[in-house]
Amino acid sequence: MENSFAEQGRWRDIDNLLSRPGNIVGPGFEPSPQLRQEIGEFARVLVVGAGGLGCELLKDLALSGFPNIDVIDMDTIEISNLNRQFLFRLQDVGKSKAEVAAKRVMERVSGVNITPHFCRIEDKEINFYNDFNIIVLGLDSIEARSYINSVACTFLEFDSEDNPIPETIKAMVDGGTEGFKGHARVILPGMTPCFECTIWLFPPQVKYPLCTLAETPRTPAHCIEYAHLIKWSEVHSGKAFDPDDPEHMQWVYTQALKRAELFGIAGVTYSLTQGVVKNIIPAIASTNAIISATCALEALKLVSGCSKTLSNYMTYNGVVGTHIKVADFVRETDCLVCGPGTLIDLDISTTLSQFIEILGQHPKLLVMKSSITHRGTNLYMQSPPILEEMTRPNLHLPLHELMGGVPDDTIHASGMAVRDGKKTSCLRKLRVKFKGLPDGTTEMGTTSVCKELEPDLN
Amino acid sequence: MINLFKIKDKRLQDAGSANGRPPVKKQSAGELRLHKDISELNLPKSTVISFPNGKDDLMNFEISIRPDEGYYLGGAFLFTFLVSSAYPHEPPKVKCKTKVYHPNIDLEGNVCLNILREDWKPVLNINTIIYGLNHLFTQPNHEDPLNHDAAAVLRDNPRLFETNVRRAMAGGYVGQVHFPRCI
Repeated sequence: MENSFAEQGRWRDIDNLLSRPGNIVGPGFEPSPQLRQEIGEFARVLVVGAGGLGCELLKDLALSGFPNIDVIDMDTIEISNLNRQFLFRLQDVGKSKAEVAAKRVMERVSGVNITPHFCRIEDKEINFYNDFNIIVLGLDSIEARSYINSVACTFLEFDSEDNPIPETIKAMVDGGTEGFKGHARVILPGMTPCFECTIWLFPPQVKYPLCTLAETPRTPAHCIEYAHLIKWSEVHSGKAFDPDDPEHMQWVYTQALKRAELFGIAGVTYSLTQGVVKNIIPAIASTNAIISATCALEALKLVSGCSKTLSNYMTYNGVVGTHIKVADFVRETDCLVCGPGTLIDLDISTTLSQFIEILGQHPKLLVMKSSITHRGTNLYMQSPPILEEMTRPNLHLPLHELMGGVPDDTIHASGMAVRDGKKTSCLRKLRVKFKGLPDGTTEMGTTSVCKELEPDLN
Repeated sequence: MINLFKIKDKRLQDAGSANGRPPVKKQSAGELRLHKDISELNLPKSTVISFPNGKDDLMNFEISIRPDEGYYLGGAFLFTFLVSSAYPHEPPKVKCKTKVYHPNIDLEGNVCLNILREDWKPVLNINTIIYGLNHLFTQPNHEDPLNHDAAAVLRDNPRLFETNVRRAMAGGYVGQVHFPRCI
């Protein structure tokens, strides 16, 4: 294979791109005939999702000179995937998408090593994601994007001037398609807006009023949602509806059809039922191909600098003709996920109540009456009274101890900020750094253990 | 461009200094926003909140409403809130756990309140929903029926509606349907 005609010509264009200087190259681009080889040695790419976009991405990245790729997907292949997820065949139905996709691309492109991960993205330890230089997203949900984005942002560190430390920036390229529309964006946490900075861009999901479903259905979707949301729980008390169970789906379809007949509504079909219940928008293979190609090219630009990257959000619309636009979105300076937060130096003896007082006086914050949460543990809640009472004993304890003895960490405060004499409620990210730590003693939790064992002599 | 050499250096450094901290629990932006909402709750007198899973699980909580006026005065109604990590992009899922004779709440506990579905916006918060639920008990509305029979009675015969509500809350039958006591 190595000497075949296809193999010889395969890298010619990529090598041309990487070995010639140009006017629109990225900063620090050093063209060289060895650049592809060098990239291959160090660049590790993670593709999240091995579906419609994922299949295209794996093929495109493998053919763009990325020999070390990992792919993660929890899904198995369904028969309805086969029209566009071109790496899968009929005999693959029921198998892991990640595993089959990896195998197929490796069979076709020699020298490429793709490691599949057949699991949920949440199942991996956070450090798993730190091994990659670039994370390319081929996902279909806001939740999954939001999760990966928050993971990528946890590696981000800032210096004392609140500037991102370049080595800690985990680059992401996000692709998405919906029918004839799609987007590709480059996310460099700390430099370009992260997913959470622009989450307001997403339109709200269509939700019908329950009373319309119950009383005055007018569309096939109303009938389907009636069967799915109201009739199901009426008949199957306590049994949760499973959208992946074909029997459940068939039941909802039958009920929706009955209801549609009752109200003289035409158009309820099994596939529409699936579409409404699972929120499916028909996927178009060519949209996936266009978006994936854009994403793969951005990944190549990011590692090589052979061109400036997309800045920073491309939308593609192929409904009528072709319309492509790139918008340069800006970061949310107070973003809870990618923002630097406010750096606060504290003495290890500072108690939680002293800390809350400091937040009220800190010139950059001026946040009064703070409630404090640290990595899912609510250290103090001002309200409601039931939570205030439960968290009150923490007030006189040292914050360092409450945070598990770590030398520095992120912590969040909700409270009232006073700006120009006006009070507004706010949520702030804080980077707490403890000083006065005894050298080399960062064993966790030892202080609190000693405290508990010591009899109170006072 | 991602600086190749810096990244190589960083890798070596990481491997050398065992900088790896124990895996930490991640708090989603949704959880943080909920933390803010909860810490700012300003509950009406009629409402009590509780956290069945303790102080660190705010994503699942319950409220009990004891209306202080209207048809439902004297009753106590339990609602469960299930907040997803997509909050506030998505509204919480709210169910009424007390079986109630009400035009806008069906016998399975589904609630017809516009801000829980079609009119939800991320600027709304938990407090808004709690006030909305309270409003359902002081101003039941026959125009958005989820319990068709109750809505018809409220529209055509408010006196009978009042009697039916009393009977249901005291623990009894309205038509063929039995309601457990909730006073």
